[in-house]
Amino acid sequence: MLPLDIHSLWRGRGKIRGGVHPESHKEATADQPIVTAFPLPNRLYLPLQQHLGQPAEPVVRVGDKVLKGQLLAASQGPISAPVHASTSGTIAEITEYPAPHPSGLPTPTLVLEPDGEDRWMESAGIDDPFSLTPEDICARVDKAGIVGMGGAAFPSAMKLNLGWKTRIRMLIINGGECEPYLTCDDRLMRERALEIIEGVRIMLHGLQCPTALIAIEDNKPEAYAAMAEAARKHGRIEVVLVPSLYPMGWEKNLVTHLTGREIPAGGRPTDVGVLLHNVATAYAVQQAIRYGRPLISRVVTVSGEAVERPRNVEAPLGTLLSELLAFCGHRSERTARYVMGGPMMGDQLPHVLVPVVKRTSGILALTPEELHAADTRPCIRCGRCVSACPVGLLPLEMMTRIRAGQFDAAVGFGLRDCINCSSCSYVCPSRIPLVQYFKYASGELAARREAQQKTEQTNRLAEEKQRRLERVKQEAAQRRAQAQSSAQGTTP
Amino acid sequence: MYILFAVISLTALGLALGFMLGAAARYFKVEDNPLVDEIERMMPGSQCGQCGYPGCRPAAEALVAGNASATLCPPGGKALAEQLANKLALEIDLAGLKDQVPMVAKVSEATCIGCARCFKVCPTDAIVGAPKQIHAVVSEACIACGKCVDVCPTECLGMHPVKTTLRNWRWAKPEPVAVGA
Repeated sequence: MLPLDIHSLWRGRGKIRGGVHPESHKEATADQPIVTAFPLPNRLYLPLQQHLGQPAEPVVRVGDKVLKGQLLAASQGPISAPVHASTSGTIAEITEYPAPHPSGLPTPTLVLEPDGEDRWMESAGIDDPFSLTPEDICARVDKAGIVGMGGAAFPSAMKLNLGWKTRIRMLIINGGECEPYLTCDDRLMRERALEIIEGVRIMLHGLQCPTALIAIEDNKPEAYAAMAEAARKHGRIEVVLVPSLYPMGWEKNLVTHLTGREIPAGGRPTDVGVLLHNVATAYAVQQAIRYGRPLISRVVTVSGEAVERPRNVEAPLGTLLSELLAFCGHRSERTARYVMGGPMMGDQLPHVLVPVVKRTSGILALTPEELHAADTRPCIRCGRCVSACPVGLLPLEMMTRIRAGQFDAAVGFGLRDCINCSSCSYVCPSRIPLVQYFKYASGELAARREAQQKTEQTNRLAEEKQRRLERVKQEAAQRRAQAQSSAQGTTP
Repeated sequence: MYILFAVISLTALGLALGFMLGAAARYFKVEDNPLVDEIERMMPGSQCGQCGYPGCRPAAEALVAGNASATLCPPGGKALAEQLANKLALEIDLAGLKDQVPMVAKVSEATCIGCARCFKVCPTDAIVGAPKQIHAVVSEACIACGKCVDVCPTECLGMHPVKTTLRNWRWAKPEPVAVGA
């Protein structure tokens, strides 16, 4: 006899490598409710690219009046996501505006001037989401512009689509939130557990997948209690506690820990029949399917010791980070560094006059004391980075190769498998910025790949030109011959 | 009648000479260095002449003969230089290459007279246009060889550094460790 519950067989615990225990700093914001009464800013800046893939293409013109939730820019190509109006108002400009990116370079951006009415467009909600077909759910998630809200910003519909085309045996909802400071997912789980659970059920239906596991780190007991209570009635959804360890929320770590299966290097969770989504993504899916609301706002953790009243704010997309900080009492004279996202994997920002985008999980204003900045000293080969690396790489060896310009050797040591989690930089007693070396090397490798492609393209174009010249010459010769023969025909 | 004689004799002559040439190419073939062929295939093949040689094959020959450095090809950039150095086991100094910012040609619409000279010399057909029409550069296909700049009678074509955008922005190398500090 086959066991009745094959899914329980397909569970096991895998051992997790490495990891670090940074100070959590979550207590500053974890116990305060999400602020929903954030005053509408004077202007909202909506970048056309808030996701991985192709930027969206505007479908409105300057001067157009738009309603809250209206489509402003449509997705382009297979990997893309649309952008919607965060409130009702007028399109003031379509221009280049600094992006929330470490370079601070400008990117095409829609500027929306709110009219203060905050009037929704007519939206098509669904009372019974489970009557929809899986394809329909994917299409609605795609239309709502939902992307992975944990930080990767990969279009969610693409992942749900993958789901019902390949076989997904388990959906893992990532409520790990292992980054220090951030509590936006924690608060969302405490306050909106029912909505998240419904979002998970809709995703399960869309994926035609039997079970879902919601993984929450054990430093969030309140969130666990709320989610377990909300999921009690639904046998297909189980809420589990996972140990608090950075980077527990890395997808491969969660899959290994929860299923006992290890995802191969260069592989994806779908290779072992698992799909991961963030809790905030599940919430956004519920809002999109149940109420027909596109993704136009998100919960952002505003924290750091240079913020007087740190808390979580539900902000419309396009709000300037400077306005969020001002709302929470920001002391700029004490700020040494701004970080968007968590301090381990977030982006250091040159300034905060940049908008909240779909992947903005937090904005941190850190004081010099919090940074613990110190000078880099030579490597003493203590090997702490090796024990901290969750991927099982040798960060010091890779760094030495990169410093000598031997990128291929670094790739041989597994540079492509590095997830830039900063665990190695965090534990390094010599304060070597290891992860910056890896980011630099990945950029160089990408540049080299592009140069290679360009050379190949040039080769092709040059050959094409030769062939064209040849053809033109032949055609000219043919024409001459024709002209000659017709001339001979007329004068024999 | 005479014309028939001429046609027949010239055809026969052509065929005979053709066969002789074909046979000569086959039996008196001069063995080329296969390395030159291989290197020529690695080169961009646009015969742009920026290296100072008349084309990619003469450049490849010079490389194999050891008369040129692996960094000779500007369109190939650092990637090609490294490949060439690996292939020929040459020592290269990439420091000089780093200073070269990637460039792209641009037409200034105000002074272009539509003379059509530039797109005839472009090795990659990166310039589009027609006589008496303002021309434009397809920047993805431009290899910054500068041939168009040389032939432009109104100096409306110029080389400009490629703009850094979010797509081609890269992390800088961290400051080196201060040894002995």
